[in-house]
Amino acid sequence: MISVELRGVGKSFNRRPIFADVNAVVREGCALAITGANGSGKSTLLRLICGLLVPSRGVVEITVDGHKHYPTDVRNCFGLVAPDVSLYGELTALENMGFFARVRGLPARNDEFAALLARLGLADRGHDEVRTYSSGMCHRLKYACALLHHPPILLLDEPSTNLDEEGIAIVYQVIAEQKQRGILVFATNDPREAELGDQVLRLGQPAQVGQM
Amino acid sequence: MTEISSFVSAAHAVLDKDLRSEFRTKYALNAILLFAVTTLTVVSFAVGQFSLTPEIQAALYWVIVFFSAMSGLSRVFVREEEAGTVHALRLAAAPPVVYVGKLTFNLILMGILEVVVFPLFVVMMGLRVQNLGLFAAVLVLGSAGLASLATIIAAIVSKANVKGALFTILSFPPLLPLLITCIRATRLALEGSDLAAAGPELRLLASYVVVMVTLSLMLFDFVWGD
Repeated sequence: MISVELRGVGKSFNRRPIFADVNAVVREGCALAITGANGSGKSTLLRLICGLLVPSRGVVEITVDGHKHYPTDVRNCFGLVAPDVSLYGELTALENMGFFARVRGLPARNDEFAALLARLGLADRGHDEVRTYSSGMCHRLKYACALLHHPPILLLDEPSTNLDEEGIAIVYQVIAEQKQRGILVFATNDPREAELGDQVLRLGQPAQVGQM
Repeated sequence: MTEISSFVSAAHAVLDKDLRSEFRTKYALNAILLFAVTTLTVVSFAVGQFSLTPEIQAALYWVIVFFSAMSGLSRVFVREEEAGTVHALRLAAAPPVVYVGKLTFNLILMGILEVVVFPLFVVMMGLRVQNLGLFAAVLVLGSAGLASLATIIAAIVSKANVKGALFTILSFPPLLPLLITCIRATRLALEGSDLAAAGPELRLLASYVVVMVTLSLMLFDFVWGD
């Protein structure tokens, strides 16, 4: 069993507070939607959850089988897809996936990677350098790299950005599957997308969690 | 898989990725080699027919190597920040894995630099090495020292706004003892002194590498994190 707990979490950049006193608990099988105006700190909160940023106040705790951890101690529990998290443009899609698998301690299995790429609609582009991809294709590949280690916690920042209708359908399928087998936390400004969450965290003054 | 072999495998993945990227873009390699060849050509024209003492030849050699290295070694981290790949790397890889992978990459770059600069220096500056074994030992230890310091400074500098100038300015003070020792040991190699005569210099160079790598591994977690 796995859960994510935010206790009194706040973040400031150069003494300018982005948000303060955010509290939430997300358990296995649940999805948390983070909403709020531009600049309210949705992307920042996702980065705090996976340990890319450290909170200025409060604690982010990941509980795995009853043991509490800091996010940086359980790096392999996370998959992150975000517009400003880029992949290596000079490598091919398969090389990118092979690299992220190897640094995570997984074997580089090209057949599995090819199947994942096919699922995301990139079957025939695996050997192309990523710098030749469109922004939508890059976003699909980010999903492939985030999912290749089957993370129990999937973090999505603006899940359907840059994607066409087919891409959005694939992402919604990924979201549905993640809700079945782990935790999903996503940040969005789209009210229809926010409805995919079981809980909604509205960042603003003050931040509050509501049930859908 | 044991912890050590998984660490080595992950560090190798970082190195492999950086080598592939570098040989496709030649980002750092072009900067380093162009700087080295240009500087060497200018210096050889300026020196002309003058016959240089081993001391001056040794100093010129390491000045060229130092500034060439400074023009490219920082790219290893700066490129990750500029391309926006740093978040994905930080999320996937443990900090020591990243440091070891990047350090090995910089060691390889230094090796390529030495392989290019040394024969050119022999041809263009009339370098005559009396003790080749000692000279090789100094090159290996000096390059390792340069790479080990440059890697941690590059990680620090990659988060700053003025990356290029800051890298050289921050690197120079801690590299000064290394450079002075390299110049002294190179002079001994050019004059034909034996290994025993250069013992103190070689021990100092080796200690510098060990201290720098150990310190970097201890500090990298803080440098690499938020």
